[in-house]
Amino acid sequence: MSPAIDISGVTQRYGTLTALDNVCFQVERGEMFGLIGPDGSGKSTLYRILATLLAPDSGTATVCGLDTVKDYSELRTVIGYMPEKFSLYQDLSVSENLKFFASLFGVSVKENYDIIAPVFAQLERFPNRRAGALSGGMKQKLALSCALIHRPEILLLDEPTTGVDAVSRSEFWDMLSTLREKGITILVSTSYMDEANRCERIALIDKGKILRVNTPDGLVTGLDENLYNASSSSMFELLTKLRQLPEVEDCYTFGATLHVVGRKGFNPVAVRDRLRYEGLSDVEVYPAKGDIEDLFIKLTR
Amino acid sequence: MNTDKVISVRNLTKRFGSFTAVDHISFDVDKGEIFGFLGANGAGKTTAMRMLCGLSLPTDGDGQVAGCDIISQSEEIKKRIGYMSQKFSLYSGLTVEENVKLFSTIYGMSSLQIKDSSASLFRDLGMEDMRRAYVKDIPVGWRQKLAFAVATIHKPEVVFLDEPTGGVDPVTRRKFWELIYKASSEGMTVFVTTHYLDEAEYCNRISIMVDGRISALDSPAALKEKYHVSTIDEVFRIVAQTAKRGD
Amino acid sequence: MSIFRSLVKKEALHIVRDTRTMVITLLMPIVLLLLFGFAISTEVNDVRVVAVVDQHTDETRDILQRLRVNEYFTFQGLCSPEDVYELLRSGKTDAALFLKTDQGVLKSQIIVDASNTNTAQTATAYIRGLIGGRSAKSPVLTSTLYNPQLKSAYNFVPGILGMIFILICAIMTSVSIVREKETGTMSLLLVSPVKPQTIILGKLVPYFLLSCVILAVMLLMAYTVLDLPFSASAISVIVVSLLYIILSLSIGLMVSTIVDTQLTALIVSAVMFMLPVIMLSGMIFPVDNMPVVLQWISNIIPARWYIEAMRKLMVQQLDFSYILKDVLILSVMTIVLLASSIAKFKSSTK
Repeated sequence: MSPAIDISGVTQRYGTLTALDNVCFQVERGEMFGLIGPDGSGKSTLYRILATLLAPDSGTATVCGLDTVKDYSELRTVIGYMPEKFSLYQDLSVSENLKFFASLFGVSVKENYDIIAPVFAQLERFPNRRAGALSGGMKQKLALSCALIHRPEILLLDEPTTGVDAVSRSEFWDMLSTLREKGITILVSTSYMDEANRCERIALIDKGKILRVNTPDGLVTGLDENLYNASSSSMFELLTKLRQLPEVEDCYTFGATLHVVGRKGFNPVAVRDRLRYEGLSDVEVYPAKGDIEDLFIKLTR
Repeated sequence: MNTDKVISVRNLTKRFGSFTAVDHISFDVDKGEIFGFLGANGAGKTTAMRMLCGLSLPTDGDGQVAGCDIISQSEEIKKRIGYMSQKFSLYSGLTVEENVKLFSTIYGMSSLQIKDSSASLFRDLGMEDMRRAYVKDIPVGWRQKLAFAVATIHKPEVVFLDEPTGGVDPVTRRKFWELIYKASSEGMTVFVTTHYLDEAEYCNRISIMVDGRISALDSPAALKEKYHVSTIDEVFRIVAQTAKRGD
Repeated sequence: MSIFRSLVKKEALHIVRDTRTMVITLLMPIVLLLLFGFAISTEVNDVRVVAVVDQHTDETRDILQRLRVNEYFTFQGLCSPEDVYELLRSGKTDAALFLKTDQGVLKSQIIVDASNTNTAQTATAYIRGLIGGRSAKSPVLTSTLYNPQLKSAYNFVPGILGMIFILICAIMTSVSIVREKETGTMSLLLVSPVKPQTIILGKLVPYFLLSCVILAVMLLMAYTVLDLPFSASAISVIVVSLLYIILSLSIGLMVSTIVDTQLTALIVSAVMFMLPVIMLSGMIFPVDNMPVVLQWISNIIPARWYIEAMRKLMVQQLDFSYILKDVLILSVMTIVLLASSIAKFKSSTK
């Protein structure tokens, strides 16, 4: 069987700007695949190509073996696309929106209710509320329900969690896991690096280029080497001082501590002592565990 | 009033009809502090922030921001604070220089002051070569740096940052936080909202709003200890789960 | 429910729920008709006239008598020739009539305040008619056909129809399509299996129906409140109006394929289509009086042909055979616009 998504050599230019630069990767059937990168890295352009809204300048993309250019009309029935911006009719009610999108695909809400049930459950309480009056988290759920109503094999979710608070975001990812268990392939993009761990495999993208494709664990192996935490009560001073040390390759803020990338021969104890000698009496330097952000910083620096 | 407190509010409340968006919140922010203002969507963060910036009058309660009363001196407050948000901060169709000039004028600086301060601003930012570039054409990292510089060009006592780093890549985000650190080390108070909970760790103290009230307020370390967890993300989830309203 | 029906239903809900726009759309035609029909009028009433008579004869007495009884004039009396200019300058009178009898022959001169050219021309024409009708030696017999009372409302009904449909069809459809582009819902429609032409039809049909309702209301008003003569040509009026509605819808569709924001759609529709309708279609200013270049331009303005046809049908009461040229031009315009905008819409979505 062909892979769920197969992108090979896709390039897209807008004038002088290269939005996508020779992008290649595959998504297996039933996989939860994350496309992770900051705003403007080309994620939405890739989604528009996969959703048949845009033909790439060069390269090909297939979804379930169907070419996005040649087989576009067939392809449209197997995908459920949720664009970055909330794209439902704000002046229609929850149930009117859902019924409308069901009718576009010639299905009824009733026959496919089982598939949207885990997502739609919370919205059932107010079917007559206008979509525009829903909270951010609820809007996302409605949009996902509408994208799901025709039982697509593949969900294309473009930054579904942007602007949504941490609790709703976490809930949203739980719902995606439920859908994945039902056998739906999910390609989801995000600019929140911490969401990477909710995916089985991820592709890191920046400035139109795919940096890495791997499992979350696979991506961070080897990062721990020469990576240290440093902390002190006056963080800004610590940051400035560490950057001046010759054995420090890079130093950046990381939550409550600083992450220090050492060069060969970096000795945490020696560095700590030296900084303490220079007046930062409460400095601590100790090994750190690298994550996706460390990798992203390393790859894009 | 204690002069070290840049923001001090007591029982601040805002009702819209029968809906209480902000429900008797009280807190102080010290001079030079980086204060993280967190909360789920619809918890009342924006409403509270609007009152602090003098854009909306409270229904009840009182407070001072930058030495001004938020009820009787709401116009004066606007001159003493800086404001920047991810959604809007600079005019992308104007050049770097035109933006700086525009905002300096808005903040009531004389043309002589503008000439002086913008020269040093471009030098400090290392943007002298970009003065004539359109804002839309410069990289996002520079844009943020510039936006922050513009928001603080009139040397306000406190700067309000409304989700300043949404959707920005990790490297740029960190550079931005370094600007915040620098401003705070120079005595500026920073009041910031964010959806990135790792960024909350950078703050001296954070508050978490739930259903219009402040449910938690302390340093990140103290909060983690209190809830026996290792990240602010977990703290946030525990606290915010008690929310009843919103959806 | 079929896809098409649900598209139409959805669009109808948008229209109905946008109460403010809905009310404006329905009220505006009525208000415009009443305004032009009654309040605003190019008829000249109450022209103030003074007369200078050097020698009273039966003839002059007769003319003055007519001035006195004519409802269009306010005869202010006689005055000396020296006072005339002062009266005109100070705005105390609108026109002065000099009547001089030389060897039994009446000579007349009209001096008129032309600061408002419209009033001046009409007043001159009236006075001339008044004198001419009397003069046995050079009788000028004027008979006004089609609109014997010279009611301006008659003239304006076709013009208002021509404007309203551009407004509702072109502006509303283009804005509603572009709104879907802006909010991103258009992408969702396009990635569904629905064919582009079905999407377009689903957009056009509701506005077509809305326009039909408005057409019915306006015709009803024209034939009752405004007293337009009702005749068999009413059927032709409806047929040509429907054609014009479809043409206006095509314009809206065309605009929506070119622009990307609702604001631009509004401005383009208003400036490119509304203004020419008002200025160049002959609705207010007669096409024949325009400079040649503008006359050429007015040829490509659909409203010009529509208004011309409507005048022939509604005011002149001519039958369909007299408007064949207009109908033909409108049909060609419709086909070209509709075909090219559908083609453009389809190509922009692929």
